[in-house]
Amino acid sequence: MSATLHELGPVLALILFGFLPNEVWRLVGLMLVRGLDEKSQIIVWVRAVATAMLAGVLAQLILSTSGALSSIPVEVRIGAAVLGFAAFLIARRSVFAGVLTGEAAVMLGTYVFAN
Amino acid sequence: MSAEPTEQPPHVSAQVFLDGIVAAVRSVFFYVLVGNYLGLGALAHEVGFSFWWMALSTLLVWAAPAQVILVSTLHTAALFEVALAVTLSSVRFLPMVAAILPMMRRPGVRQRDLLLPMHLTAISVWVEGMRLLPLMPAERRIAFYNGLGVGLMSAALIGGAIGFVLAAKLPPLLAAALLFFTPMAILMSSARNSRTLIDGLAFALGLVVGPVVAAQKIGLDLMWTGLIAGTVAYAVHRLREARRRGTS
Repeated sequence: MSATLHELGPVLALILFGFLPNEVWRLVGLMLVRGLDEKSQIIVWVRAVATAMLAGVLAQLILSTSGALSSIPVEVRIGAAVLGFAAFLIARRSVFAGVLTGEAAVMLGTYVFAN
Repeated sequence: MSAEPTEQPPHVSAQVFLDGIVAAVRSVFFYVLVGNYLGLGALAHEVGFSFWWMALSTLLVWAAPAQVILVSTLHTAALFEVALAVTLSSVRFLPMVAAILPMMRRPGVRQRDLLLPMHLTAISVWVEGMRLLPLMPAERRIAFYNGLGVGLMSAALIGGAIGFVLAAKLPPLLAAALLFFTPMAILMSSARNSRTLIDGLAFALGLVVGPVVAAQKIGLDLMWTGLIAGTVAYAVHRLREARRRGTS
């Protein structure tokens, strides 16, 4: 496949190489669950797999040295996540408290360690 | 509840749809998405895509990691490679869609009624949907989920538009804070949702197994993480259920 973006136009390229390869997984998910009910054991397992994959996404974002967050030192990311999670627990499972604390910690950490 | 499926009158559906939008605005993900897409919109501008291309990519793709790949590689990499990277980044949608759609299915719901909920499913919508849908009657769930999805997608569209227009380089400190929104929201919302053993265990195991799998450099990290950690959590859940049934 040697086509380039200029030959195709950005919108066609978006549909062929962005939308379709992305949407195929949603479609397969839709096809697979035909006739399964919410309480079936397969769905319980699939849900556990989806939850674990989400944790994998999180671990990748926090630990990866080359990903989207590479401008923030890894130690700062880990520290801020731990602090944010502690605040979440202390504030009786408040998502806002956790996110705000984590954000404050990551800004402070980036300021201190990246300079 | 009546045995035969009852159609919701249109005004009830519209009200439930609005409830979904309100739930979206109340969700921490609404603000996370604005922040996240602010950075993505600015990037799209920098690379030379149009304002409407950026908006269309959010409507059609509706997955931040895939959009980051698209915006940053579509001009430079071979298109086949772009498609491969996008598709590998989106495997998570398969189990997510398969786990949430059964909550919305009931007699009388056609497959095509599930197409919009299917397309709207993304991490943010899925996490909030898994928490909120069980709290309401089955016949309301599709309209509510559509409202939730449209509301959260609006946040992404707004963020992307603002970022595109601002475009000027964000100060590094602010950029770091915006990028960190996504992992923080995933962590806190998942922790809040993990009220059962299997959810909490799957999430905790995924955090441990993820980096271990990544270190093996076998590829398809997320798929293996999900299969290994999810299956172990499911096995523990089944064992516990069996023991409970055995003792009672």
